[in-house]
Amino acid sequence: MFKAVVYVTLKESVLDPQGTAVKGSLHSLGFDEVSDVRIGKYMEVELDVADRAAAEERLKEMSEKLLANTVIEDYRFELVEA
Amino acid sequence: MKCAVLVFPGSNCDVDMYKAVEDCLGQPVEYVWYTRTDIDEFDCILLPGGFSYGDYLRPGAMASMAPVLAAVQKAAEAGKLIMGICNGFQVLTEARLLPGALRRNEKLKFRCETVELRVENNNTAFTSQYEAGEIIRIPIAHGDGNYYCDEETLSEMKKNNQIVFRYAGENPNGSIDDIAGVMNKDGNVLGMMPHPERAVHKWLGSDDGKRVFTSILQSWREKNGVTHGA
Amino acid sequence: MSHMEPNPQQIADEKVYREMGLTDEEYAKVVEILGRKPNYTETGLFSVMWSEHCSYKNSKPVLRRFPTSGPRVLQGPGEGAGIIDIDDNQAVVFKVESHNHPSAIEPYQGAATGVGGIIRDVFSMGARPIALLNSLRFGELDKPRTKYLFENVVAGIAGYGNCMGIPTVGGEVVFDNCYEGNPLVNAMCVGLIDHDQIQKGVAKGIGNPVMYVGAATGRDGIHGATFASEELNEESEAKRPAVQVGDPFMEKLLLEACLELIDTGAVAGIQDMGAAGLTSSSAEMASKAGNGIELNLDLVPQREKGMTPYEMMLSESQERMLVVVEKGREDEVKKIFDKWGLHSVVIGRVTDDGTLRLLHKGEVAAEVPVDSLAEDAPVYYKPSKEPAYYSEYAGVDTLNIAEPSDYNETLKQVLSAPTVASKEWVYNQYDYMVRTNTAVIPGSDAAVIAIRGTRKALAMSIDCNGRYVYLDPEAGGAIAVAEAARNVICSGAEPLGITDCLNFGNPEKPEIFWQFEKAVDGMSEACRVLETPVIGGNVSLYNETNGEAVYPTPVVGMVGLIHDVDHITTQSFKNEGDVLLLLGETRAELGGTEYQKLMNGSVFGRPPVLDLEVEKKLQQTVLTAIQHGLIASAHDLAEGGLATALVESAEPGLGAVVDWNIGLRPDIALFSESQSRVLLSVKPEHMNEVCELAAKNGTSCAKIGTVGTDAVSVKINGRELINTPLADLKAAWKGAIACLMQ
Repeated sequence: MFKAVVYVTLKESVLDPQGTAVKGSLHSLGFDEVSDVRIGKYMEVELDVADRAAAEERLKEMSEKLLANTVIEDYRFELVEA
Repeated sequence: MKCAVLVFPGSNCDVDMYKAVEDCLGQPVEYVWYTRTDIDEFDCILLPGGFSYGDYLRPGAMASMAPVLAAVQKAAEAGKLIMGICNGFQVLTEARLLPGALRRNEKLKFRCETVELRVENNNTAFTSQYEAGEIIRIPIAHGDGNYYCDEETLSEMKKNNQIVFRYAGENPNGSIDDIAGVMNKDGNVLGMMPHPERAVHKWLGSDDGKRVFTSILQSWREKNGVTHGA
Repeated sequence: MSHMEPNPQQIADEKVYREMGLTDEEYAKVVEILGRKPNYTETGLFSVMWSEHCSYKNSKPVLRRFPTSGPRVLQGPGEGAGIIDIDDNQAVVFKVESHNHPSAIEPYQGAATGVGGIIRDVFSMGARPIALLNSLRFGELDKPRTKYLFENVVAGIAGYGNCMGIPTVGGEVVFDNCYEGNPLVNAMCVGLIDHDQIQKGVAKGIGNPVMYVGAATGRDGIHGATFASEELNEESEAKRPAVQVGDPFMEKLLLEACLELIDTGAVAGIQDMGAAGLTSSSAEMASKAGNGIELNLDLVPQREKGMTPYEMMLSESQERMLVVVEKGREDEVKKIFDKWGLHSVVIGRVTDDGTLRLLHKGEVAAEVPVDSLAEDAPVYYKPSKEPAYYSEYAGVDTLNIAEPSDYNETLKQVLSAPTVASKEWVYNQYDYMVRTNTAVIPGSDAAVIAIRGTRKALAMSIDCNGRYVYLDPEAGGAIAVAEAARNVICSGAEPLGITDCLNFGNPEKPEIFWQFEKAVDGMSEACRVLETPVIGGNVSLYNETNGEAVYPTPVVGMVGLIHDVDHITTQSFKNEGDVLLLLGETRAELGGTEYQKLMNGSVFGRPPVLDLEVEKKLQQTVLTAIQHGLIASAHDLAEGGLATALVESAEPGLGAVVDWNIGLRPDIALFSESQSRVLLSVKPEHMNEVCELAAKNGTSCAKIGTVGTDAVSVKINGRELINTPLADLKAAWKGAIACLMQ
């Protein structure tokens, strides 16, 4: 059993209106030191596979197929044995 | 011309699309459930608006993996006419049948209103009955209609005249280059955020969308050598 | 968690029932009914079912005053929603409900689940939901917290309704300080049904299986019904777990699956698991059928581990229904729900012993007579007392206002008051066109939905002016009904009936109860005269923050039938040169008006007078004229008076030129909110016919001007007071809310 944490974020070149709005709100709350905010997705995925290599292989596949849209998003994941 | 209106869990403009085909064309039309794998009998495939799979993860993402999409892929390759409206457009981009992606509206709010579009390319199977550059009034209703593609794709699309509709007035969602609708290189797959199926009667506020449907029928007839009345 | 539950003796000794909302007397009554002390689960069942939200224990005696029958009424109050016949074997189903307290705590989810709940009420009757409306009230838009509530309530409504694919076509939004801590969020749903498809929430047929369909049960929303029956205070924030999270995608699937199921004819009874969830649906369905229900709680689909009977019975997880199915047809049901990917599980059966019996892990977890939970819940006759302010306001002079020096400026101020201003910022976030039946979009007096395959259409409106009701509950209650009817009439429809959402303060205060009683009396009288019975609704009491009540706000949702789509009429001017006719008398009435609020900073005095006989004649005049094809536009005069109505009706290139002689000071004439008035525009060749029709009906009718072009100019008693480019006035009106929300 493995547990993966998948992070999906907008590519750097893609505008993030949500992040921009949050940055604006933080500034209006006095957090002037905030220079940028980017918002992404965090997913927990439990995998019933035996070895790490297989888990990585499957995660890569599912990330590219569904979890992220690689036209606008990047992804990365962390894997821990559960 | 036999039309399929695809239905995914959460589709909600399926009825509107069905009625538009009935009212504008009087051609046979059927709802096709997302699990179906054989859609060879249909000449035209329509992907309606709505919130397939609740728009969870990303609009259109899960629907693009539905069994029926493999059949749509095949139909696209066979040159059949395929049109995705709103969520249907999102499904087609997620399925890579159309370039680019649709992101959250720039102002982060859902927006429903009738907007002006410019017909950028009337030399297509979907727009032949419009004048080039014609301004038409078509409703929008979406929260994720902000079209994006990289520079290279954009210049490629321009070169191939793949940009079919642009917002003529204020850009309602932040779309790159004011893009409202695009087609694939082969010209048989169209995706657009505005809803032509909502603009098919004067009493609905506009009937400017009607000619999208009649253009499709005309193009199918020409291609298949069918004369009127078929 | 079950090991932590107090036993029956501890519940009695430590008065645990009080925390759940039962009084000492009510607890004693429970002991008497059961002939023993209730256990923890049973105490919970009684506490939710006897809350005001479920039992109407404080309001029931007053609600009986409403007229609820009529030749077209197919279903009055008591089911998920009321039903009215619209001919050709078709009927309209509608209801309004509040979600005030959840929205005050968590505005997005509170509003979203309010919409979800009212939609389920309508499709549980077997109807296809065709439209949503909402009535919203917030504090003034000058505080960040109010803006946050407003923004997120609107987003929550949009998020749910848009995803469901049901157009949100109408509503009202009002801003006033009294709603600051306790906003009002009332959602209304309208559905369409064939007579032979009508369902009821009854557990019919001894031995029939009871099926649970839809989403799994979690711990969310436990004690939501009790929460709705308490005042809000600083501690309310800590009760946040009582707020449920909505899943509109799930509900869309549930809607389609339920309608498909009803088509099979396998359903004996169906009810939404709304407030008090599994408890109210099972107890009410059994009680209405005169039967009992036995449930095996081990079979309930559960989202969380280790849930107790108490938690399962009181959970308010959303998107669930309870269905009693004809015996032997369980597999048919399962097949449909499997297709839509939803749970459908037989969790019990209908019994003949009039008892709600709950089994859990091989033991009886609760055993309670169903009637004691439902129709035999306690009823209280609360003391009522006229509040001091009411008599104080009787003699107050409301006309002691300095005449404005610049009418153009004053008009702009009235137009940009958030309550009067255009609600485009709000309704552009709602998909009001989906299903392509919307013939009149939001922004006119009433929204209109065409019925495909017929010449008919339905007009709908939701209205209340809480200021009027506060100043005079009886008059204000009647005005709420009259205005809703007038809106529907102006769209070309015959008013059919109403649903109401009675939002008031704490009924244990005699002054509040007095407001409640008087408002219901006024509404009842108006409903009788205008022949619009009350077919259902909802009561929301305890709308107070730190002891301060909201204005008494009995919101009226009205539906009307347009017999022919050719009669559909909007408020917008159509042609330059059309004649402007003002129907009805304009009097010097400023009590409770927007103008008074603007000039005095507060409202006082008596509200405008309503004469129901005059109102009825006016409505007949307008409807007849519309049906005879004589009217280009019709607009009810409401907040902001005639001056506001002129700007609202104007369209680009179609302004107004008014020259009106009236024996009143101009500002009073322009901003008075006298009742029973409608602004018409008619083609010049139709003017005489309309005037004759009005005269015949005894409705006063004055020619006040013509439809112009790019400006609004107004001359009163020979003085030109207003002359402004229409674009400037429209900008003030349309831009006000967007500007405040930036």
